[in-house]
Amino acid sequence: MLPGDTLCNVLYIDLGKKSYRIEKRPALFEAGIGGAGVAIRLLAEECPAGCDPFSPDNPVVFAVGPLTGLFPLASKTVAMFKSPLSGNLGESHCGGRSAVAIRLAGYGAMVIKGASETPIYLAVHGDKVYFRNAATLWGMDNLFTAGQIIRGREPSPGTRTIMRIGRAGEKMIPFAGVTTETYRHFGRLGLGAVFGSKKLKAVVVSGARSLPTKDVKEYRKIYEQIHKAAVESEVMRKYHDLGTAENVLPLNVIGGLPTRNLKDSRFEGAETMSGESFAGKYLGRRLACSHCPVGCIHIAALREPDEREAFFYKTSMICYDYEPIYALGTMLGISDPEGFLKLMHKVETTGLDVMSTGVVLAWATEALERGLITEETMGWLRLSWGDYKAYIEAVEKIVEQPNDFFKALAGGVEHASAIYGGSEFALSYGGNEMAGYHTGPAAHLGLLLGARHSHLDNAGYSVDQKIVMKKQTTPREIVDRIFEEEQWRQVLSSLVICFFARGIYTPEVVSETLGSAGFALSPDELSSIGKKIHFEKYAFKFREGFKLQEERLPGRIFETMSSAGRIDADFMKQAVEYAESVLGAAGAEESK
Amino acid sequence: MDGRMRLSIVDRDRCVGCQICMFACVRRQGSAGLDGACIGVRSVGGMEKGMTVIVCRACPDPPCMKVCPADALKLRNGGGVILDAEKCIGCGNCREECIIGAVFWWDEKNKPAICIHCGYCANFCPHGVLALERGK
Repeated sequence: MLPGDTLCNVLYIDLGKKSYRIEKRPALFEAGIGGAGVAIRLLAEECPAGCDPFSPDNPVVFAVGPLTGLFPLASKTVAMFKSPLSGNLGESHCGGRSAVAIRLAGYGAMVIKGASETPIYLAVHGDKVYFRNAATLWGMDNLFTAGQIIRGREPSPGTRTIMRIGRAGEKMIPFAGVTTETYRHFGRLGLGAVFGSKKLKAVVVSGARSLPTKDVKEYRKIYEQIHKAAVESEVMRKYHDLGTAENVLPLNVIGGLPTRNLKDSRFEGAETMSGESFAGKYLGRRLACSHCPVGCIHIAALREPDEREAFFYKTSMICYDYEPIYALGTMLGISDPEGFLKLMHKVETTGLDVMSTGVVLAWATEALERGLITEETMGWLRLSWGDYKAYIEAVEKIVEQPNDFFKALAGGVEHASAIYGGSEFALSYGGNEMAGYHTGPAAHLGLLLGARHSHLDNAGYSVDQKIVMKKQTTPREIVDRIFEEEQWRQVLSSLVICFFARGIYTPEVVSETLGSAGFALSPDELSSIGKKIHFEKYAFKFREGFKLQEERLPGRIFETMSSAGRIDADFMKQAVEYAESVLGAAGAEESK
Repeated sequence: MDGRMRLSIVDRDRCVGCQICMFACVRRQGSAGLDGACIGVRSVGGMEKGMTVIVCRACPDPPCMKVCPADALKLRNGGGVILDAEKCIGCGNCREECIIGAVFWWDEKNKPAICIHCGYCANFCPHGVLALERGK
């Protein structure tokens, strides 16, 4: 690390005592680089073993990396905390302006502990932290409005991030997220609920300082190469043009698109719900995270006539991506794109995680269909595939929890199915609702084995398409590939490089760019750091009681044909056994 | 370079808010990060409303120049100003006087940061928002 680089500054904030301090921790960043590597260490240090996720002692850790602000595409913030959804490792990544703002405010990481007695929001402007009253914002219906108000009250537009929660977070719904810059999210695993438990409505961070480089000429040369690679690459074009929604049609063709709670893997409405259809009819604006030339964020403009008055129109700008289309679209049998957008907008205004919400509602619909629950149980709400209006009502009920059934739903699909039955079609891994891929065994193993049970941990769906669908393979080969990918991704997420840019940031390129930030790490050294971080995450999971053999694979995945054919239960069993031996051996090695 | 060239915002509506131009400006000045950026990109009241790009318009008769008590701002050939940093006392009058907010601030030096219309940022704009054009 270069002398004078503020990356090594860790900002510790205590919400209970309304105090803060800055500590310089160069050794922490030398060992863990930044992002995930630093966050897992801070989490292990700060989170007491067995901590209740809603205890004031549960820390919220944010970390960015040495390349943030220096090179394009290193613009993610890694959050770590103990998850109220899984009761274990909580990790979530978010872009927007968050990472650049934290880095240029003069920090590599932030640790927020304690809880306030009354609602507050934090404003971190450079080296000053302000505790602001948020009582008036608490309970506000629409999350967009809360953002708007804070935006008008705080300085530094353009070089700040505003991380905020909605009603879902305030009510500590364990799959509530944190929204930044209106359209980006710390989704999955309930960071929003942890904010809520601390009475923390929002965190504003602003900063625009300069950063040191080792050799400015060399830095500019490498910068130009990466910028050129980014703007000219085919993958980047894909994310800019149609965005991740481009995946809808190809996944449908290969029969890997989970539909109606994965009763099917092809959706008859895929055409109207495709990236092509949204871009053609609704795309109103594209946006980028700070310091990313791609601009993958796709915003639909939905123009609706007012129900009461002629010639009165409202236009809403609503973000869409592949995963929301899967969760709130195909999983719920919705083929009307406007219905989907309205439902999406509803979820966004509450601050719930879109993916978990969709999976939870899909389970509820099937549970009703099968008679495990009745309309009466639901408070006389009738959910049926494709009926987006009923789903909009259900989202409100998840937040408000007017009866026992919606209280149960608000606990996540695993929780609800434990009460009402139907766990064989409750689609979750480690307590986290599943992502939108039924491509074959690797997609599901990836979700099971991923340290945060996310498709982004190791891209198992890609292993299915590259290996399983093409040749005869073994459980061992699949698990090795999954772990190998997840280990390299620890390096990327320690540098907080967007996974979309993983093709540009090869080990050689990473090593070169790190040179500009004063880190001398060879591709081999990087790879062993990645392995170490992966096992540190697992060490935390084991400490908090994770047992792979006790985790379940939902029965449904074996019933519905995947892109790679029917998934074989024996194959999966062997894979899990082998994975366990790998993690066990690594654990023994670590503890030496 | 032709002194009459100036940086133009060709199409604000194409801006995705990536701020690559701001980072380019700072790199051009031999640094990294955002301190000293002479161009600013921010939303117009939230991301849903789109972006605005703020940069010096190369006024032929620059108000910022007129309020400098230290004679540190000289008229640039083609409009706008050139800063003589040695003369500048960092009073901030120029920043107050520019009603479009195109006089930015270099915090670490406590001096204004004003575009010199070099066009370096336009080379990096991925979406054709900026261009170096002959002044009208």
